[in-house]
Amino acid sequence: MARQNSSRLTRFGAAALGLGALAAPQLMQASPAAAQSWEPTRPIQFIIPAGTGGGADQMARFIQGVVAKHNLSKQPIVTLNKGGGAGAEGFLEVKKSAGDPHTIIITLSNLFTTPLATGVPFSWKDLTPVAMLALDQFVLWVPADAPYNVAKDYIAAVKAGEDKSFKMGGTGSKQEDQIITVALEKLTAPKKFTYIPFGGGGAVAVQLVGKHINSSVNNPIEAVSQWKAGALKPLCIFDAKRSIYTDKVTATMAWSDIPTCKEGGVDTEYQMLRGIFMPPGVKPEQVAYYVDLFKKVMATDDWKRFMQDGAFNQTFMTGDAFKTWVAANDQRHHELMKEAGFLAPGK
Amino acid sequence: MDEISSLIGGFKVALSFYNLALMLVGILLGVIIGVLPGLGGANGVAILLPLTFGMPPTSAIIMLSCIYWGALFGGAITSILFNIPGEPWSVATTFDGHPMAQRGRADEALTAAFTSSFVGALVAVILITFLAPIIAKFALQFGPAEFFSVFFLTFASFVGMGRGSPFKVLAAMCLGFALGAVGLDKMTGTLRMTFGHDELLVGFDFLIAVIGLFGIGEILSSMESGLKFQGSHAVIRLDAVLQTWKQLIKYWPTSLRSCIVGCWMGITPGGATPASFMSYGLAKRFSKRGGNFGKGEIEGVVAPETAAHAAGTSALLPMLTLGIPGSPTAAVLLGGLLIWGLQPGPMLFVEQKEFVWGLIASMYLGNIVGLIVVLTCVPLFAAILRVPFSIIAPVILVICAVGAYTVHNSMFDVWMMLVFGAVGYVFTKLGYPLPPLVLAIVLGDKAEESFRQAMLSSQGSLTIFWSNWLVGSIMTLGTILLFWPAATWLIDKMRTTSSRPVPAPAGAAVVDRER
Repeated sequence: MARQNSSRLTRFGAAALGLGALAAPQLMQASPAAAQSWEPTRPIQFIIPAGTGGGADQMARFIQGVVAKHNLSKQPIVTLNKGGGAGAEGFLEVKKSAGDPHTIIITLSNLFTTPLATGVPFSWKDLTPVAMLALDQFVLWVPADAPYNVAKDYIAAVKAGEDKSFKMGGTGSKQEDQIITVALEKLTAPKKFTYIPFGGGGAVAVQLVGKHINSSVNNPIEAVSQWKAGALKPLCIFDAKRSIYTDKVTATMAWSDIPTCKEGGVDTEYQMLRGIFMPPGVKPEQVAYYVDLFKKVMATDDWKRFMQDGAFNQTFMTGDAFKTWVAANDQRHHELMKEAGFLAPGK
Repeated sequence: MDEISSLIGGFKVALSFYNLALMLVGILLGVIIGVLPGLGGANGVAILLPLTFGMPPTSAIIMLSCIYWGALFGGAITSILFNIPGEPWSVATTFDGHPMAQRGRADEALTAAFTSSFVGALVAVILITFLAPIIAKFALQFGPAEFFSVFFLTFASFVGMGRGSPFKVLAAMCLGFALGAVGLDKMTGTLRMTFGHDELLVGFDFLIAVIGLFGIGEILSSMESGLKFQGSHAVIRLDAVLQTWKQLIKYWPTSLRSCIVGCWMGITPGGATPASFMSYGLAKRFSKRGGNFGKGEIEGVVAPETAAHAAGTSALLPMLTLGIPGSPTAAVLLGGLLIWGLQPGPMLFVEQKEFVWGLIASMYLGNIVGLIVVLTCVPLFAAILRVPFSIIAPVILVICAVGAYTVHNSMFDVWMMLVFGAVGYVFTKLGYPLPPLVLAIVLGDKAEESFRQAMLSSQGSLTIFWSNWLVGSIMTLGTILLFWPAATWLIDKMRTTSSRPVPAPAGAAVVDRER
């Protein structure tokens, strides 16, 4: 306990020291570029297509905080939750604000899933891609005292059990958590999970601790404190490679100690885009301003700590590479959702 | 006795001059936020969150939680004076608080509201101080079935609120359920009743409905009754606080019951809104003067306010110990914790002792500071009603419109608010009660969600609602309360088959308006 405590405190100290040290060179760096390029002239509206307290909300508010703390932008960032209709509210708002360079939006997988599942008319093509900040991971969690230690055993138990007797909890319906569940059902066939949608990832983690459900595919940040407290245990991470974070989270394990699902005999991969988009019809120099701003955010120690706490996959992409990635992912979601039977009529 | 020494340590942290000044600033900001409908505690805290990044985490959480207390206090002011609840949990306060103001007893109502808030919060803090670890485990027992049983109990304890036709109550409630169902169905991820209109995607926000039904409806009614507030003849009494306190002592059983309901709902985490409605319903049922509820009964202010604050305060406990926020404001505070580098959850009490106990100590101090601030302003608030209607009404209308706009930053909501205002006026005229309608909008979708989660989990078997002692006893209690009015009505009917009671206008505020 004492050791954990002190490491946390040193990280605090490091972050505080980093504040002064980082701010100065960054400002110098920014000034020549800023001379001929665009800059915001009024507060930047940062739309979150999800409710308060979730993963996207946490990240957006964190970015807002980092920008304010390190004085990275002359104009403040104002966050705004528009999570109605599984995020459709926020995306439609951005689609409507064509040409407005003072509006940005953070995405989760609902950029792809919401239009496919509900038929609400928008797609990523209606927005201007700015940058991928990171990929959020998914981990298969079970209560700490569950009788399985590897993903394969759990899948075998579901397969051996009665149909629909195992309950998988997740956030929302026909969204990422349920897509992963359907993918897992390929391996448990002909047995299926009973998928129970809840309001948010935090609620799912607590339902799992209370054993009202048997497993979850929570994002790392949603379940990390329950893992630390010894209430939950991770079985596998839905990524091709293990996490790069080797600092111990519990007494014995680090994020990097969680096997990939493939290693655990469950060949399923899924990650979620945490990216930034702008309204359609904005100018390239306006996009460039935000790319630059987010590069500065990502250079801070605060950001690095946030990435580590949430075990994010730090992949940064902009421009055409990002566009290609988004297009491929949109296609992939279409296939996944078609297979699962989640498409709205006419999609 | 570990707790006491930890708490003393916490007081040492909280009692610095810097932190006390932040408390005062937080309370004042919070009261302003609470007064403005639409802004609300959650938005207010979210807006002010960036200000705190430069502070030490303990000072930051002290200021933010004081904004939260301030908003809880402030919500009562507009509810009582203008019938406009700024927060969902203030709705029940309007039922008796506003009629009291109309009778020139605004100062008593405000004092009762503030004092009850303080009592509720204090009891909840004491509970948190000494029982935190035990209670935190209790919250884990709440699955979908348990959540549904709590919502069911809320509805059940509220049935029979209006003295009018039970069919009108039912009709109003069903309309509320229908409005609550508009938008995305969270269980299947498909859209319901949006009829292809993108504006309807988000459904009907409770706040817009309430600002319209109560606030605008109230202005329309006042216009009809001679363009003035009925409370304008209020005498400003400087000793109102002491006079009211003398009365309040009599109502200790109501306070106690409301504290229990509130703490329980905050921890479970059902939240402050069901707590306030349930507590009001129960007070009406058990009070000797239950028949007068809705006409300006001080007990009708004490019950919801005590419960709302007890719940609002104890809602911070699941946030700190489990990482699940019991209220939207708690959710934003949760975001704050992460930015300051604190991970909420079971380890917080172990890893960040100074922070947790500083926060708990600030709950005691913040509420005391808050009570002093708001009580000294009671005569000032009550005097607002003396401003001529022709000046105050446009101001209220603008504040309502701004509030409705703020919810989703959309003009459509302002139009919806006006439509709801007209609906509220017509409902009042026709004797349809508004409280069941509002209750159904607020809790209808949550109740539906937990019911369907429970049904998924049990694969369609209703026995899940009696599958353990916890859910079973809540459901049984709810069922008894639900059928209580029907049973008493049947018995009355059998006794007096000939004399039918004269139908009185239903609803809480209705009676007074038609007087």
